[in-house]
Amino acid sequence: MNIIIALAYLLSSILFILSLKNLSSPKTARRGNLFAMSAMLIAIIATLLKNEIVDFTFIIIGLLTGSVIGAIMARKVRMTAMPQMVALLNGLGGGASAFVALAEYYRLTGGPGLNVVISMVISLFIGAVTLTGSLVAFGKLQGIIRPAPVVFKAQRSLNILIFTLFLVMGVFVTINPANHTGVLAILTIALVFGILFVIPIGGADMPVVISLLNSYSGVAAAATGFVLDNNILIICGALVGASGLILTRIMCKAMNRSLANIFFGEVGGSQSEETGEEDKRKVIKYTEEDAAMVLDSAQSVIIIPGYGLAVAQAQFALNELAKTLLNKGITVRYAIHPVAGRMPGHMNVLLAEANVPYDHLLDLGDINDDFQYTDVALVVGANDVINPAARVDKDNPLYGMPILNADKAKTVVICKRSLSPGFSGVDNELFYNKNTMMIFGDAKDSINKLIKSLKT
Amino acid sequence: MIDPLLVSVYVFVLAIFVGFETITKVPPLLHTPLMSGTNAISGITLVGALISAGAGHSGLSTILGLLAVIIATINVVGGFLVTDRMLEMFKKSKKKD
Repeated sequence: MNIIIALAYLLSSILFILSLKNLSSPKTARRGNLFAMSAMLIAIIATLLKNEIVDFTFIIIGLLTGSVIGAIMARKVRMTAMPQMVALLNGLGGGASAFVALAEYYRLTGGPGLNVVISMVISLFIGAVTLTGSLVAFGKLQGIIRPAPVVFKAQRSLNILIFTLFLVMGVFVTINPANHTGVLAILTIALVFGILFVIPIGGADMPVVISLLNSYSGVAAAATGFVLDNNILIICGALVGASGLILTRIMCKAMNRSLANIFFGEVGGSQSEETGEEDKRKVIKYTEEDAAMVLDSAQSVIIIPGYGLAVAQAQFALNELAKTLLNKGITVRYAIHPVAGRMPGHMNVLLAEANVPYDHLLDLGDINDDFQYTDVALVVGANDVINPAARVDKDNPLYGMPILNADKAKTVVICKRSLSPGFSGVDNELFYNKNTMMIFGDAKDSINKLIKSLKT
Repeated sequence: MIDPLLVSVYVFVLAIFVGFETITKVPPLLHTPLMSGTNAISGITLVGALISAGAGHSGLSTILGLLAVIIATINVVGGFLVTDRMLEMFKKSKKKD
C-alpha cells in the first residue's frame, strides 16, 4: 500500500508541475488549473488510504466545512477585491502549515529527531508569520485597517530584537524538544512578528508584500513536509516558494527598489515638507467634452489603467469607451505597468472581467516605444507609473523606476480624482505639461461622460 | 543507504529549480491567476492536516489537525475555484467577421 501511495504522490507532483507549465499561456491556463485540481485530489485520496488514519469523523467535518466556506468565498469575491482574497488565502495556507507542525510536535512528545525539531521550529515560525502578516495585508487592502504605512521610532531595532528572540528560543527548543513553553513562545513571537513586518508597508507596495507572503506560504508547506517526511509537501512548497520569489523580484524591479528598502524605507513619509512651491504652477482643468473631441480625432489611443480604476469599479465603463473608439476606427490598446494595482497582474484580471480581449493588454516593455507614435494616452487612475521625473530627477524617490512613456504621446488625457500626489508623495510634473488634459472626478463618471460626448 | 533527510533536501532543491524554470515563463498577463493558483497549491499542507486530524492521537493534536484541515481546505477550494473563475474570463479578441 505504501508504494501505491508514494507513486500516487509522484503522479500528483508531475501534474502540479505540468499545471504550472500550462499557465504560461492564456490558452492553456485553464487546463493547467484543472491539472492542479486533479493533482490535489489524487494527493488527498492517497493520503486517506494511509493506515495511520483511523478516524474519519474530524476529516469529514473539516473537509466539508472548508469546502463550503472556500466555494462561497471564491464565488462571491469581486475581481477588484482579488488582492485581499489572495492575501487571506495565503494566510490560511501558512496558518495551516503552522498548525500541522504544532500538532505533529504534540504527537511526537516521545522525543522527535533533531531534524524534525528544527523543521518544526521553521515551519511554525514561517507559517505563523504568514498567517498574521497576511491578515494585516488583508485588513489594509479591505480598508479595515488604515492602509497608510505605520512607522515608529526604533521599528527596525524592535524587529531585529524580536527576530533574535526567536533564534534564541529556537535554539532552546532544539536542545530540549520537551520544552513546551518554548514552543508556545515561538508561536507568539511569530504571530507578533508577522504583524510588525506588514504594518509599515503602504498600499502601493502591497504587490511586493503579497508576492512575498505567497512565497512564505510555500516555504512553510515545505518545512512541514520536512517535519512529516512527506515529499509531496516538500515539492509543492518548493514550487510555490519559487513562484512567490520570482514575483517578488519582478515587483521590486518594476519599482527599482530593493526588498530592504520596501520594508525599512520611508517612501511617502515626507509629503508635507515642501508645500511652498505648489501654488506656482497651475493645472488647466478640461471638461470631458474637450477630451472627447481630442479622442474623436485621434487615430491611435493607448489606455493606462491604475489602481484608481479598481477603486472606481470603472473597468466595464472603460471597455465600453474602448469599444466606442474602436467602432470609430481608432486603434485602442492598453499599457499595463507591472505594479499597477495592488497585486501582480491585478489590472489584467479586471480588464479581462470587463471582456477586454487579452491581446489588447500589453506589458511595459512591449508597448513603451509606441507612445511616441500615439495620438492620445488616456490615463485612468494611475500616477507614479507615468511620472517622467523617474527618468531624470536623481533626487526623486521614484528615480530609476521604469515608467510608461505616456508623456511621449501627442496628447495625454488624465482622469483623476484630485491633484493629490500618488503613493510616493511625489508631485507629477506631467500634470502641468502643455499637452496634458486633466479631467477631475470619479473615473467611472468621467468615462461615462466621455462615452456620451463621443456618441453625440 | 543515504540518509532520508538528505533525499528530502535533494527533492526540495531540485523542485525549486523546476519552479524557477516553469514560472519564469508565465507572462505578466497571468500573474494574478498564477498567485491564486500557487496559493491553492500551497494548501497541499492539507495532506499533513488530514493525518493530524485522523490519526486518533491526543486531544490537542486532533483539534489542531481539525483546525488545519478546515483552513487548508478553504485555501485549496477557494484558491482553485477563484483561479478558474479568473481564467475563464481571459479571452482573445474575435477576428472580424
